[in-house]
Amino acid sequence: MIDQYIYPEFEVVRNQNRCISCRVCERQCANEVHRYDTDLGVMLSDETKCVNCQRCVSLCPTHALKIVKSDCRLRENANWSDQTIKEVYKQANSGGVLLSSMGNPTPLPVYWDKILINASQVTNPPIDPLREPMETKVFLGKKPEKVLRRASGELITQMPPQIELSMPVMFSAMSYGSISYNAHASLARAATELGICYNTGEGGLHEDFYCYGENTIVQVASGRFGVHKNYLEAAAAVEIKMGQGAKPGIGGHLPGAKIVGDISRTRMIPEGSDAISPAPHHDIYSIEDLRQLVYSLKEATDYKKPVIIKVAAVHNIAAIASGIARSGADIIAIDGFRGGTGAAPTRIRDNVGIPIELALAAVDQRLRDEGIRNNVSLVVGGSVRSAADVVKAVALGADAVYVATAALLALGCHLCRTCHSGKCNWGIATQRPDLVKRLNPDIGSRRLVNLMNAWRHEIKELMGAMGINSIECLRGNRLMLRGVGLTAKELEILGISHAGE
Amino acid sequence: MNINATGLDFVDLNEALRQSRGNCNITHCLGQRFLAAGISDKTVTVSGVPGNALGAYLNGAKIEVMGNAQDAVGDTMNDGTIVIHGNVGDAVGYAMRGGHIYVQGNAGYRAGIHMKAYKEKQPALIIGGKAGSFLGEYQAGGTIIVLGLADNDKPIVGNFPSTGMHGGKMYLRSDCKDIRFPSQVHTHPASKEELDEIDHYLRHYCSYFDKDLKELLDSPFTVVMPDSRNPYRQMYVAN
Repeated sequence: MIDQYIYPEFEVVRNQNRCISCRVCERQCANEVHRYDTDLGVMLSDETKCVNCQRCVSLCPTHALKIVKSDCRLRENANWSDQTIKEVYKQANSGGVLLSSMGNPTPLPVYWDKILINASQVTNPPIDPLREPMETKVFLGKKPEKVLRRASGELITQMPPQIELSMPVMFSAMSYGSISYNAHASLARAATELGICYNTGEGGLHEDFYCYGENTIVQVASGRFGVHKNYLEAAAAVEIKMGQGAKPGIGGHLPGAKIVGDISRTRMIPEGSDAISPAPHHDIYSIEDLRQLVYSLKEATDYKKPVIIKVAAVHNIAAIASGIARSGADIIAIDGFRGGTGAAPTRIRDNVGIPIELALAAVDQRLRDEGIRNNVSLVVGGSVRSAADVVKAVALGADAVYVATAALLALGCHLCRTCHSGKCNWGIATQRPDLVKRLNPDIGSRRLVNLMNAWRHEIKELMGAMGINSIECLRGNRLMLRGVGLTAKELEILGISHAGE
Repeated sequence: MNINATGLDFVDLNEALRQSRGNCNITHCLGQRFLAAGISDKTVTVSGVPGNALGAYLNGAKIEVMGNAQDAVGDTMNDGTIVIHGNVGDAVGYAMRGGHIYVQGNAGYRAGIHMKAYKEKQPALIIGGKAGSFLGEYQAGGTIIVLGLADNDKPIVGNFPSTGMHGGKMYLRSDCKDIRFPSQVHTHPASKEELDEIDHYLRHYCSYFDKDLKELLDSPFTVVMPDSRNPYRQMYVAN
């Protein structure tokens, strides 16, 4: 129901001199904003339905369209913002819990932007990545504490299972169901070409994508959708999802409307039935219980796959990570509070969890202090937006990062934040066949490969500038970082000095 | 093949089981976990008490335990049969998506939660005795049957059965007058047709545990079903 108190958020500005009434905008808009009036012979718009996804703007052949934020605002009030008031109206109208998509959009601090990277001058010369070899390969998994030899002196080279990545970046979990078949196809193909991993999310693995198994991380969440022996065996690693940065402490559910055809088969639930992932795993109430799930997965996969535990960054994350590092898990993935989602209650998304930068620094330090840092690899996500963020994360102590929003942007996402509607005009967060086919996996995977190759080169340039030629030498190298405009406490937690020190 | 579990930890015991060919008889089992996790091709008989997560991700094998089992029996089981000649602990059949579990006696808390089903994959959990609280929470498919054959005056299920249930069916061999169900499910006495649907499960139960089918059927059954497959549809407003 449209709330009569709320003026449309966006205005569709159509330059009638340019519009040729070709009706492309009408055909492209799943929200049904545009229509052609045969009597008047012009295109008209219903702006109440516009989400500003820019699909019509991008495809208008004469550039006749633009979408602008409406300047019709409620009376200014520093305490009661326009957004806050409209949220009250929406809830008064519906009685519903506010539901949003993608990461936290509120102006909370982004610590990446307050951290600066070092460069070599004079004494320790920079390295030119175009001329000299630079190593960006990483291995994720438990590392042995010491070199072991047989009585004969021969090295024992048997290692716990590892994931090998050509660069310290992976595509993080997005389920088949929350995103489309073509989006998954793009991610899987790109990960394979790049020598990195993508993550199935909790919706199971479509049978067509088993062939990308070596570059696939399969997820086991509280709903256990699509989890069975072949699924576990197909993967490079198995991830237990305990939490997600966008919605720590709550579960998820994919509405029945999206449980159609292959999604239903992949998740093994009937068509039209809601896919509910409860907030807790009902068999995990302690680190000991978590250990039990870790080892049941290891037994089922014959100890050949590393097990990742993914948790949201929350207040006691250092203690939680310490527990996880003792649970038998090989890798800890921590998701910060700006991480994306296909749907989360607004209040949870915008108010629960902590920034990944602080969580990462605290966890890395805690694991070092306790002498268990080599028990696990650390992967962080929750809004890693660029190669610079990757380098800062590695220098703060991460072995690798997870990116998802940036990957979706590469696929065409315009961050309109209405994934929950299921009407994604870019063919990503939708299951409508007419919309899904707009995303061509050939083009999608190419764009992902381009993005990651560009990042890889930037990572090498940033490392080279620091005089570092291997990503391993950057990990936890906090001397390469300085803060700007941060308090003494923030610097203490990040374990870095202020610029100028 | 016989495996004496004495002195073996779970890694060694499972490795021995994986290496064994054909049917396998494990004796002196004493709490070793993850027994038969993910296996598909054999019949395993266990004497003693297996530890938690017996038959997790089971993929078609048959397991028969000649006594009690502990927590998380048949966790995320895909196919096969587990028969327990005794009681089981908590979370039996969590997120089962296929196969059958027969428990002669009682089950602990959270039995059969988040059980699923898809087309021919129709899991079933049959509990001969009584079940603890949270039976069939979030049940999304499949069949849970509780027969209440126990020598105590506890109700047939504990508190909060079928909370969040949005698929599948639950059969309780009781009139359920003393049971409080959540508002999103409805209950009714089982019809003849509905009892016919579970006839083969009851027959198997009787043959595994030497019970009389007539005696079982000589008591009312209550069927629990969800009101909606989309329990949360009305809960949200887009923001």
